[in-house]
Amino acid sequence: MSDRPITEEDLHAYVDDDLDAFRRSEVEAYLAQHPDAASRVSAFAEQRQALRSALAPFAEAPVPPELDLARIIAARRRPARSIWRSAAAAVVLFAAGAAGGWFMHPPAEPASGIAALAQEAAANYAVYAPDYMHPVELRAADRGELLRWVSQRLHRPIAAPDLSQSGYRFMGGRLVATAHGPAALFLYDDDHGTRLAMLIRPMADQRNTPMSLHAQGPVSGFAWADRGLGYSLVADASPQTLNPLADEARRQIDSKAAS
Amino acid sequence: MAASPAAAADASGRTTEDMMRLVEPLIPALRRYARTLLRDRANADDLVQDCLERVVTYWHQRRSTATARAWVFTILHNLAMSRLRQGARRGFPVPLEDVEEAAMALPPDQDHGLRRQELLRALDCLPEEQRSVLLLVSVEDLSYAETAAALDIPLGTVMSRLARAREKLLRETEVNPAGPTPRPSLRRVK
Repeated sequence: MSDRPITEEDLHAYVDDDLDAFRRSEVEAYLAQHPDAASRVSAFAEQRQALRSALAPFAEAPVPPELDLARIIAARRRPARSIWRSAAAAVVLFAAGAAGGWFMHPPAEPASGIAALAQEAAANYAVYAPDYMHPVELRAADRGELLRWVSQRLHRPIAAPDLSQSGYRFMGGRLVATAHGPAALFLYDDDHGTRLAMLIRPMADQRNTPMSLHAQGPVSGFAWADRGLGYSLVADASPQTLNPLADEARRQIDSKAAS
Repeated sequence: MAASPAAAADASGRTTEDMMRLVEPLIPALRRYARTLLRDRANADDLVQDCLERVVTYWHQRRSTATARAWVFTILHNLAMSRLRQGARRGFPVPLEDVEEAAMALPPDQDHGLRRQELLRALDCLPEEQRSVLLLVSVEDLSYAETAAALDIPLGTVMSRLARAREKLLRETEVNPAGPTPRPSLRRVK
């Protein structure tokens, strides 16, 4: 016997078979001498079993064809021709969405400043982040070329923050259109496919602004302006998750500008 | 196409064949987890489809050392939380019951069916964070460490949420010693 006392956690781990053989035998010996603990353990085990059988019907229903993995893999491999079709469809949808938004809410004052930037970032996120075929035009490997391109079009040096310390890889990016001219869009992703987008464009108003939170549906974003450039980081994630990433991006941009 | 020795040594490989072998058998369980969290079947299947799309896209660049099961559940859980946040802004959740399936699952004795409904209702009443832990551990067979990684919380938090969830569920579903309650609409007074 080890000297480690049997804890509440051991009892649960016993129920879930998450103990090594030695600890397991210690727990068994303990239960043999403690009927109270033994009856709780058997109640937990019964509950575990009851849950499994109560939820089993949800797993037993026939799997619909949309969830056929082989089909999903095959769809991913379709020839390049359809890329153009889906790109065209995306443009049409985006335009329709923008036009719909325009006609449906004409009297509301058009967003300006940081709020406009945040909207543009969310719109671009909605188009490019779910795209699994061509989310970026230039990939991370062509980072140099990408930065030269957007810097030239935005008429000032543009840098892409490095979020790899926070678990997000740089995927690449592209130049995108906004109501206020061209903008740089950078995409990042993590091991689980969560994607972040960062939109950067010049601001008419040269004043710096503090970081502000914008949320649209499940998409949240943090936007700010610094030395004439507006930045907005958006993702399908909670503000709590996104906030430290935005802070990190801003810190890097500040330190680059200061150096 | 020959796998490199390094890839072959990796117990959960990264080839498309590995993906079919490791992920396809998980689909029923993914549907169950999605269904239990989102409640609505169409939404749940839509979520699973979204999850599988990501799995297909990210499979080859998966760096994490987690098992395929834990990795896929992590993706599904994150997507589910995002949908729930979206839903919370929109309106009311539907209860986790389904006439069609309840009928399908209804075992010979009615008492068992009532207890199933009571258990599902009690599960519905758990706080979201406790429910996820309880389901991943008790139903989806993730280890405590995998659950901690999937939910991005410390192991100690997994343990405490699990204990709280189980205690609460026991209190809610405790059977009347005098026999099964004939009228499930009556709430027990604590």
